[in-house]
Amino acid sequence: MNDVSDLYTRARTWIGKEAGKPTMARDVVNVPMIRRWCEAMGEENPIYVDAEAAQAEGFPGPVSPPAMLEVWTMARYRPGGRLPEEGIPVLNLFDEAGYTGVVATNIEQEYDRYLVEGDRVSYTAIVDDVSEEKRTGLGIGHFITIRYEFTDQNGGPVGRMLFRVLKFKPNLAQAKAPATESAGNEFPHPRPAITHDNAHYWEGIAKRELLIQKCSDCGHLRHPPGPGCPQCQSLEWETVKASGKGTLYSHVTMHHPRLPTFDYPLPVLLVELEEGVRIVANGIDLPASDLTIGMPLELDFVEVEPGYLLPGFRPARTGG
Amino acid sequence: MNALSGKAAITGIGATEFSKNSGRSELRLAVEATLAALADAGIDPEEVDGLSTYTMDNNPEIELFRNIGGRDLKFFSRIHYGGGAACAPIMHAAMAVATGVAEVVVCYRAMNERSQYRFGAGFAPDATPTAEIAHYGYYVPFGLMSPASWVAMSARRYMHEYGVTSEDFGRIAVGFRDFAATNPNAWFYQQPITLEQHQASRWIVEPLHLLDCCQESDGAVAVVVTSAERARKLRQPPVIINAAAQGACDDQQMMTSYYRPDVARLSEMDLVANQLYAMAGLGPDDIQAAILYDHFSPFVLPQIEAFGFAPQGQAADFVREGNIARGGRLPVNTNGGQLGEAYIHGLNGVAEGVRLVRGQSVNQPGDCRNVVVTAGTGVPTSGLILTAG
Ligand SMILES: [Zn+2]
Repeated sequence: MNDVSDLYTRARTWIGKEAGKPTMARDVVNVPMIRRWCEAMGEENPIYVDAEAAQAEGFPGPVSPPAMLEVWTMARYRPGGRLPEEGIPVLNLFDEAGYTGVVATNIEQEYDRYLVEGDRVSYTAIVDDVSEEKRTGLGIGHFITIRYEFTDQNGGPVGRMLFRVLKFKPNLAQAKAPATESAGNEFPHPRPAITHDNAHYWEGIAKRELLIQKCSDCGHLRHPPGPGCPQCQSLEWETVKASGKGTLYSHVTMHHPRLPTFDYPLPVLLVELEEGVRIVANGIDLPASDLTIGMPLELDFVEVEPGYLLPGFRPARTGG
Repeated sequence: MNALSGKAAITGIGATEFSKNSGRSELRLAVEATLAALADAGIDPEEVDGLSTYTMDNNPEIELFRNIGGRDLKFFSRIHYGGGAACAPIMHAAMAVATGVAEVVVCYRAMNERSQYRFGAGFAPDATPTAEIAHYGYYVPFGLMSPASWVAMSARRYMHEYGVTSEDFGRIAVGFRDFAATNPNAWFYQQPITLEQHQASRWIVEPLHLLDCCQESDGAVAVVVTSAERARKLRQPPVIINAAAQGACDDQQMMTSYYRPDVARLSEMDLVANQLYAMAGLGPDDIQAAILYDHFSPFVLPQIEAFGFAPQGQAADFVREGNIARGGRLPVNTNGGQLGEAYIHGLNGVAEGVRLVRGQSVNQPGDCRNVVVTAGTGVPTSGLILTAG
């Protein structure tokens, strides 16, 4: 709790400060780049590329599509991601705290005038707000709002932008952040069928308890759950809470087919619990290359969707 | 003497072409294969009084029956667990014939498993809270949702216990594709593979490469069962159902028997093999060839062990020595198997078993007096010993 509030406090000290270094466009406004952008976006208005068409509308020549405002100032593409000096420190705070997911949630732009060939755009960016912790479909996170002021080569204002991102802790180690928040509902994570025989098992998981079925008469442990004891035919049963300690009994790595709700390659583990029963689950912080049969594991729970928990296993802590 | 052994025989086999898009209904495929099998047997369709198939087939017995011009259907059975039941209709037909319930039983399996639906596309159970659907809840939410993935989990454990490698699986695939390459009815006719190609094929579910996985196919196979006595008077050499058995045991699950003490064994196939040998009064040395179910290559190894062709954990050595390949001690899947010929859910393997006993396989290894045929592995399963008679 201290960590969280400390992160929030530290992040909020950035409010009102520059989010990053002021940045000047690498190129002046030019028609060739406009043409490429229009082709990519399906924009067909001729005033952006054709001098005559632009003049017919009262412009001196082709103008930049307003929505390209920020495009002119974008950092260069670097395979592997931005350089540290190109980053946004307030966002880095969240990355370091495990809020590694990022998704843009809002972009609002205002334009003061059309940009014309030869204009060179610059911006300054100010951290506007850091929200309290929010529970979202993607995971627990904070919304960070940054305001950009765009100016031309003479320092005159040309537009501004509000940019809001969600920095979140991914729900599952292998859960890829959907492009939008709504994507999470299009492909719901597969759910188990709840029967009279297994409801206790899934209810336990929802409360972060892995419950092993135990025969009330002979004490035999069994999984998956069922109504009858295979050892003594008793229909009376209770549960014992798994300690959470186990070892890797077998594993696979899924490549095909692929479901949108999972990230691939997807390791799936068969874990032998110290109580003796085995269960299938995913790994947490456990890439396929780290899997070795017999390795000690410990139970945790992952929230694959809000309110939907599944058991998972992470490498046992050394000395644990 | 066992009450079933030797009482019935397979007297006709028929099939459609094997393809990736049949261009016609599954029912029509079933009708075509059935009529072909009856023609092979020299039996009039009006004489058919029994039908047997297995679950996952979509063709109602009564629809097939009326479309072949059947008159009086006295016996029909449909056996659970899909490909695991591939040999079981033969057993049920033999029981019906042996007890006088029916005289001519057609066993069939017809599917557009490639063009209309695909078992390999991943399983999304519906929400009906039945025991069968609840089973998938322990796997699918974790992404373990295809037959390949369910088998791969056991295969990895087998590798761990016995030091077996992906190349050992690959040798199986290479051998089956070698047989397919000389079988004009095989989808992979004239397309053998090398071990290097196997190793380079993409991962489906580690430790399974693409070339460890059976095809997805459209097609149909039908088999005619009647009494051994009558079969001896018909046009084809009689193929006696010397032994037939089903098996499920040892905390059996549907492809996920991960909770039994020894996951590296196919306990249900051990059970089938023991029954078959006891029923036929035969042992592994009496078997000249085998059809071993190959939806995925790794499970061929524990089947070799279940039937005693190699000791526990040594099947990979048996394969490496060339025993199951062309010219080997025990040629396996001489039609190319489901990796090479087609995936008709195992019934095309039964038909090849019949051809081997008749001496009619395109890759006939010599005289095959006794042939073992198995059905789907990792599931409740079944098997046959077919014998020249
Ligand atoms: Zn008990």
